[in-house]
Amino acid sequence: MKRRTFLKAGLATGATAVAVNAGILAPNTVLAAWNEKAFKTKSVDEGMTAVFGATSAADSADVKLKAPSIAENGAVVPVEVNASAMKDVESIAIFAVKNPVPLACTAKFSGAGVGFASVRLKMGETQDVIAVVKAGGKLYKAKSEVKVTIGGCGG
Amino acid sequence: MANISFRLKAENKGDFYEVKALFKHPMESGTRKNKATGEVYPADFINEITAKVNGTPAMVAEWSGAVSQNPFLAFRVTGKAGDKVEVSCTSNKGDTGTKTVNLA
Repeated sequence: MKRRTFLKAGLATGATAVAVNAGILAPNTVLAAWNEKAFKTKSVDEGMTAVFGATSAADSADVKLKAPSIAENGAVVPVEVNASAMKDVESIAIFAVKNPVPLACTAKFSGAGVGFASVRLKMGETQDVIAVVKAGGKLYKAKSEVKVTIGGCGG
Repeated sequence: MANISFRLKAENKGDFYEVKALFKHPMESGTRKNKATGEVYPADFINEITAKVNGTPAMVAEWSGAVSQNPFLAFRVTGKAGDKVEVSCTSNKGDTGTKTVNLA
C-alpha cells in the first residue's frame, strides 16, 4: 500500500495522471497505477476507449490468439496472446465479450519485455475472446470463440 | 495486509526466456453472491503485476476479477544468463508479494 500511495502521490501526478485519466497509455512508461476506470467499463468499446483511446482495430494474422474452442470449465479458460512476430509491441489487452466487465487483463511492455502474455480467465457463458495488440502506435486484433459448457462466474 | 505467495520460474527458450508465475489467490471478483444468504463476497483479486529485468521495468500486467482463481501468468523477456527477473504483485486490498528468479 505504501508503494502505491507513494507512486500516486509522486510520479502519477501532473501530466501523467491526466493522460491515464483520459485513457491514453503513455508508451514505454511503465507506471504502477491500476486503471480502475477501464476495469469498470461494461462493453468492449468502452474498455477499448479506456485502455487505448480508440475503438477500431485492424484484424491481423500476426496477433496469435490461442484459446480453446470448447472449454469444459469456464472457471479456468487458458488464453494466450502471442504478438512476438510484430515489432514495437507496446501493450496487449484481452476482452471476454460477455463478461460483466469485458476487459479481463492488460499487459504493457518496455525494455526487455516481449509481446506475449498467457493467463487463465473466468467466463460465464459461450462467447468471443478478443485480443487487442498495440504495436508501433497502431491497434491490431484477433478473435476466437470459446464454447463454455460449465460457467465459471456463478456462486 | 497479507503476503501473496506465488511460484516463479524462468525457462530458456532460445531467443527469449519465458517467465511463468503461479499465484495462490482466491481472485474474488466482487460480483459473486453467497447463495444461502444473498451476501456479496467482497472483491479480493490481484490487480497488478510488475516484472523487472535487472531493475528495469519490462512488463506491467493489470488484471480484473475475471482472471481465474490461483492465477497463472506467463510472459517473455529477452536477456542473458545471470539476469535477475523480479516479479511483484499487488491486490486491490493492498496485499503484496515479490519474488526474484535468475535467468539461466
